[in-house]
Amino acid sequence: MLDETSTPLLFYSSPKLEERILNDQPVLQVNSITKRFPGVVANEDVSLALYPGEILALLGENGAGKSTLMNVIYGLYQPSEGEIFVKGQPVSMNSPRDAIALGIGMVHQHFQLVPVMTVAENIMLGSESVKNGLLDTRAVARRITELSERYNLAVDPYAVIEDLPVGVRQRVEIVKALYRNVDILILDEPTAVLTPQEIDGLFEVMNLLKSQGHSIIFITHKLKEVLRVADRIAVLRDGKLVGQTTPHDSTEAELAAMMVGREVILTVDKTAAHPGAAVLEIDGVAARDDLGQPALRGVSLAVHAGEIVGVAGVQGNGQTELVEVLTGLRHADGGHIRINGQELTNASPRQITDAGQMSHVPEDRHAYGMVASYDVAHNMVLNSYYRPPFARAGVINEPAIHQYATQLVAEFDVRTPSVDALAGSLSGGNQQKMVVAREFSRPLKLLVVAQPTRGIDVGSIEFIHNQIVSKRDEGVAVLVVSSELDEIMALSDRIAVMYKGEIIDIVPRSQATREGLGLLMAGVKD
Amino acid sequence: MEGWKGASVNQLVWKRTQLISIVVIALLLLMAILVNTTALRQQTWLRVLFGISALNFMLRASVPLILGALSGILCERSGIINIGIEGMMLAGAFGAFFFKVQTNSWPLLASLMVGVLAALLVGGLMGFLHALFSIRYRMDQIISGTVIIVLATGITSYLFDRDAVAQGKFGEIRIPLLADIPVIGNVLFNNPPITYLALILVVVLHVAIFYTRWGLRTRAVGEHPSAADTVGINVNRFRYLNTTLGGMLAGLAGGFLVLEAVGQFQEGMTAGRGFIALAAMIFGNWNPFGALAAALLFGYTQALQNELLLAGVTTIPRQFVSMLPYVVTIVAVAGFVGRVRPPAAEGKVYETEAH
Ligand SMILES: Nc1ncnc2c1ncn2[C@@H]1O[C@H](COP(=O)(O)OP(=O)(O)O)[C@@H](O)[C@H]1O
Ligand SMILES: [Mg+2]
Repeated sequence: MLDETSTPLLFYSSPKLEERILNDQPVLQVNSITKRFPGVVANEDVSLALYPGEILALLGENGAGKSTLMNVIYGLYQPSEGEIFVKGQPVSMNSPRDAIALGIGMVHQHFQLVPVMTVAENIMLGSESVKNGLLDTRAVARRITELSERYNLAVDPYAVIEDLPVGVRQRVEIVKALYRNVDILILDEPTAVLTPQEIDGLFEVMNLLKSQGHSIIFITHKLKEVLRVADRIAVLRDGKLVGQTTPHDSTEAELAAMMVGREVILTVDKTAAHPGAAVLEIDGVAARDDLGQPALRGVSLAVHAGEIVGVAGVQGNGQTELVEVLTGLRHADGGHIRINGQELTNASPRQITDAGQMSHVPEDRHAYGMVASYDVAHNMVLNSYYRPPFARAGVINEPAIHQYATQLVAEFDVRTPSVDALAGSLSGGNQQKMVVAREFSRPLKLLVVAQPTRGIDVGSIEFIHNQIVSKRDEGVAVLVVSSELDEIMALSDRIAVMYKGEIIDIVPRSQATREGLGLLMAGVKD
Repeated sequence: MEGWKGASVNQLVWKRTQLISIVVIALLLLMAILVNTTALRQQTWLRVLFGISALNFMLRASVPLILGALSGILCERSGIINIGIEGMMLAGAFGAFFFKVQTNSWPLLASLMVGVLAALLVGGLMGFLHALFSIRYRMDQIISGTVIIVLATGITSYLFDRDAVAQGKFGEIRIPLLADIPVIGNVLFNNPPITYLALILVVVLHVAIFYTRWGLRTRAVGEHPSAADTVGINVNRFRYLNTTLGGMLAGLAGGFLVLEAVGQFQEGMTAGRGFIALAAMIFGNWNPFGALAAALLFGYTQALQNELLLAGVTTIPRQFVSMLPYVVTIVAVAGFVGRVRPPAAEGKVYETEAH
């Protein structure tokens, strides 16, 4: 069933599906879609069908071309080649307006809501009700209330988007699609921003929609979810459709292999931790976010030598600010930070990295982790270029940098044509391995890693996880911040859960369950 | 603006500012009525500050600022930064003058109307040019705005015929009954037509921006263009439309200077009013009524400058007195930047494959 040579459309393993393809007419069908961007083929010869009343999961790693394919279906992108059929009719779409008219709705990976407007304004945008030349907000609000009751999607029509939590914004997006009377709904990575409980809620809504005759394309790169909710699964890799199957006919390991193109281990091999003395001590730290709102409200946490502490939480609960305060990128309004017993509250990043022997793998590698327009060699010495042997009397020693970088590239398996290639030209996974190589290759006592595997391929994830564990085994204190619960569970020895700028609880890994952590992430503590 | 729950901090700050402006305007009116109807009139200083002539001057000085600020609001609410108001205004003034002179032999009203149309047309053309530079040719919008100013200054002074004379300008239209209200009637209801139009446009644009389909789409396009695009709204078409309309309003402000205030064209006659209008737009948080209040404040400082010099009540050299409007503008804008929130997508090119 992992045979990649067969034509996807004829490739079904279950007899029931065979029957279906002969009898039912797809509501949506794409034939041989190719989409090229300058220098990238995002989709190559993809053919796919969606049947009435089903949930089709589209599975693929980051960068596999899932969003691109959906944007083609939604009229935002024009396909370079191929055709689209809706309810049997060939269609050509110049704008989302055409897609909406054909009954296609889409909830985008990055929400498309205007933050300063109300829920009602956002929902009616583009399909406004007008009475006497003025917007009929009341009629819209009534319709929203109707829809939210019918589909169990509670939203307040008069709330302003920027005041709403992410989970509610997603409901607004779904209502926005339903408001346009669509019967085909595309959900692009809807679970990425939700707690496990919110994910359950979303799946209930999806099943409700399905039972009322809607057809859904559900995009994700999380295997467990696919097996739980999908009727059928299609897997995309490097822009190509590599196979279709059903949850009955496949396992997590098989799907992972299909996604990555080889067998992968889904867990990290590690022995029990042997924690030593406290290396990082955070005591009652408070800080504000970019808008001046309190983001950290007295965070206290200690990380010991030889242990990995994972910080879990739904995005936006202060994790970013915590890492920034620790690394000297954000001012702390209160509290103390000690590294190796040395007071380093509000010290400069260089003081912290030098005196504290700390390394930092930042959450946004493009903004903080690397210089895309520099070559790999110079990126490897961003934190040490001023020291011998890379600089002597203020003059850069290029051969030394070159040699050092070549060695790191080999050691950390950074796939690049040479160390002279621009960092921006590498794939996401290799960029991250480059950052990791630089940060891990110096004398270390403390390692702060934020979202270490966001947006990178499974192979690189495995590699980076193993590197983190081996640093721990060398006696480094490691703080890992991640919004992927699986990653936290796989790496951590202790798990701290953040909620609204506080650490709501710290749980030893052995006592942590997905459900328990999920409740904590939602702010529920018995 | 109805029914917003959970207003954010920004909105609260804004509410408070609105309240303060309303109180200040009410106080000003109260003082004006007292000074102009009682014996307080004898006090030179009070007359300078609150006399009918000061108030009349305030309104007259405000009109180009109001129109200019509305022009900026139209463009920027759709995401196009417009620092070229000054240039569009100057071009509009010249257009109005040129066609007024050509039609001097026509009946006065017809000739003035031709002038108004010319101001709108030339302003609109400049606005369209700005949109073309910013959208089609992806020029930085600040640079494009500067180009508009330089272009307008150059072309108008090149084409300006110093011997040409426009005959006649708009006169006051007394509104029956309302004009008889003491003080207020005299200031508000005895004005030439473009002044009335400017005040009416404030209300019209407020309703249009916040309560119509066009306004909702405009705001969406200026705040989050891809959100508008994904529901099938043609982002760049809105930007072309609004920037052109905005240019027309700036042109009208120039038309006001020629056809209603001065009666003639002079090189560089806008004298920075386009920039003060820009400041009024920012100070007014991109809202028509906010811009009106700010324009009145800046107009008032110009009136004060004028009255102070006329009354000769101060020994401060006139050069310093003349700086007053500009100083107030700088202080006001400097104090308010950071509290106001420009449309989020302002100044950014939007690229899409749709449409
Ligand atoms: N607008 C674009 N211009 C150029 N390249 C793009 C654009 N959108 C996506 N890509 C590229 O296409 C590939 C597929 O991206 P995407 O569809 O977003 O993947 P997925 O949604 O599966 O993570 C990536 O290599 C990405 O960099
Ligand atoms: Mg995607």
